[in-house]
Amino acid sequence: MMNKTKIIAAIGGLSFAALSVFLIAADHIDAPAVAGTKVDIADFYAFEGDNPNTTVFVATIQGPLEPGTVTENAVFDEDVIIEFNIDNTGDFVEDLVIQAVRRDSIMYFFGLSEVEPEDTGLSSNIYVNDGIGQVEISTTEETFISTTTSGISFFAGPRRDYFYFDFNRFNEVASGAAAPEGFFPPGQATDFFENLNVLAIIVEVPNFMLGEAPDHIGGSFGISGLPRAHNVWLSAKRKQ
Amino acid sequence: MKTYNIKLVALAICTSLLFVQCIDEDDNGNVIEQETCSDGIQNGDEEGVDCGGPDCEPCISGIDFTGTFVQEDVLGRPAVNTVFSGSGDVKDSFNTSVVSRRNDTILYPSNFQRTFEETLELYHDIYGDALGLELDYETNILGLDALDFTRLLANFDALQVAPNAPTTYFDGTNIFTGRTLGDDVIDISLTLMFGGTTGTRFDGNNGTPQLTTDGVDVGDRDLTLPFPYMEAPIAQ
Repeated sequence: MMNKTKIIAAIGGLSFAALSVFLIAADHIDAPAVAGTKVDIADFYAFEGDNPNTTVFVATIQGPLEPGTVTENAVFDEDVIIEFNIDNTGDFVEDLVIQAVRRDSIMYFFGLSEVEPEDTGLSSNIYVNDGIGQVEISTTEETFISTTTSGISFFAGPRRDYFYFDFNRFNEVASGAAAPEGFFPPGQATDFFENLNVLAIIVEVPNFMLGEAPDHIGGSFGISGLPRAHNVWLSAKRKQ
Repeated sequence: MKTYNIKLVALAICTSLLFVQCIDEDDNGNVIEQETCSDGIQNGDEEGVDCGGPDCEPCISGIDFTGTFVQEDVLGRPAVNTVFSGSGDVKDSFNTSVVSRRNDTILYPSNFQRTFEETLELYHDIYGDALGLELDYETNILGLDALDFTRLLANFDALQVAPNAPTTYFDGTNIFTGRTLGDDVIDISLTLMFGGTTGTRFDGNNGTPQLTTDGVDVGDRDLTLPFPYMEAPIAQ
C-alpha cells in the first residue's frame, strides 16, 4: 500500500506528465488558451543598454519557430497589441506603457505618457495621441531599425531565440521519470531552443523617460542592499 | 521616422557628413530654415506631411487603431507560470489576471500563492519518494521560506530593472536588477527552488539529485551585438 507521500508523488507525477505537452518555459507555449496563437508571449528581457543611461525592453512572441519557411512566414497579428508595462511607484500597477502594434509592414509604437487609473489593468485602447515611433518590420534577410531624435530606438522582426533550456529533460525531471538523478551533466544536456527562432519587439528608452524608480520589492522580503528598480512586465492583448 | 537599412548605415553616415560639410561651408550668410513638424509641408526627414522621421510623430493619419484590446497573456519573471501553476486552468487564469491583484483570492479563487507553494513541495515529494526520504523545500539562498518565495513569485510577478545599476537576474552577489539576454534564468530559478540555504543542496554531489542546473548554457549566441542586440534568425 502506498503511503501518503507516495500517493502525492504519484499524483504529482501524473499531473506533471499530462502537462508536459504544454510545458515550454520561460513562457513559451505556456498555457492551453494561448499556446500556438499569435498572442502567445515567449519571453521578456529588460536590461541596461550599451549606453548605460538607457533601458532595453525585449519581447519575444510566437516562439519557438523552426528555421526556414515557418520563420519566414511568421507575422505579427494586427489584432494583437504587445505592451511593455512600467510601474515606477512600487504598487505593481502600470504607470507607463509602451504599446506595439503592426499595420501592414510597419510596427507602430505608442505610449510613454502617464496611464490614467481607469486605463490600467486587463483592457486597453491604443494611445493614438501619443505616437512615439515606427519601424519597418525586419525580415529573415534584412534588418531595419529606427531611432528618434529623442533617443528611442525600435526593432520588430524575427530573431534567434536567446532562451536556453534542456526542455525535454525538464519534463522528465518534473514527471519523476528522471528521479532520482535529475538533470543531465553538461555535455549530455541538450539546449532545446539552440537553433530555433522567435518574433521579437525591441525598444531602447532613455532612462529619464521612465521616471524615478521605486524602492526594490526585494527589500520588502528582507533582501537588503538592492538598488531602486522599476517593476516591468509584458502583456499581450487581443482586439475584442 | 527614419528607417535605416543596416547595410546602408555607412553610406548614410557619409551622406550626413557631406551635409554638415555643406552647411559649414555655406558662407553666403543665408539662414538655413529649420523644418518643423507643424509647417504643413513634407520636408526634412519627414515621411509624410509633418509626420514620420526621427523628429515628428508617426504617420498614423488614416490608419485604423480603434478598438478595445483585452489581455490574454502576460509575463514578468521567466518560467514562473510555466513551472509553478501546475494545471492548464491555473495557467490560463494567471495569464488573464491583473498583476497587482493576484493576492485577491475572491477575484482569483485558485489562490496563486498557495498553488505555487503546493507545486514547489510536489517537486520535492517526487524526489523524496525516489530517494526514500521525506523532503521539503528548504529556505533558499535569498533567505526566503516557502511562503515568502511563492508570495514574491505569485503576487509580485514583474522583472525588477534598476536604471542605475548593471543588469543581472542573479550573479551570486547582485539580484533582480533586470534580465540580460545571457542570464541563465533556469539555473537561477532551479537554485532558488532546490538549492536550499547554501544554494548547493541538490547539486548532484554526495548522492543528491542534480536539480540546480539543467546543464546547458547560452552556447554560441552572440552577446556582444549592438542594438537590436539579438542575432538574426537561424537560417535553415
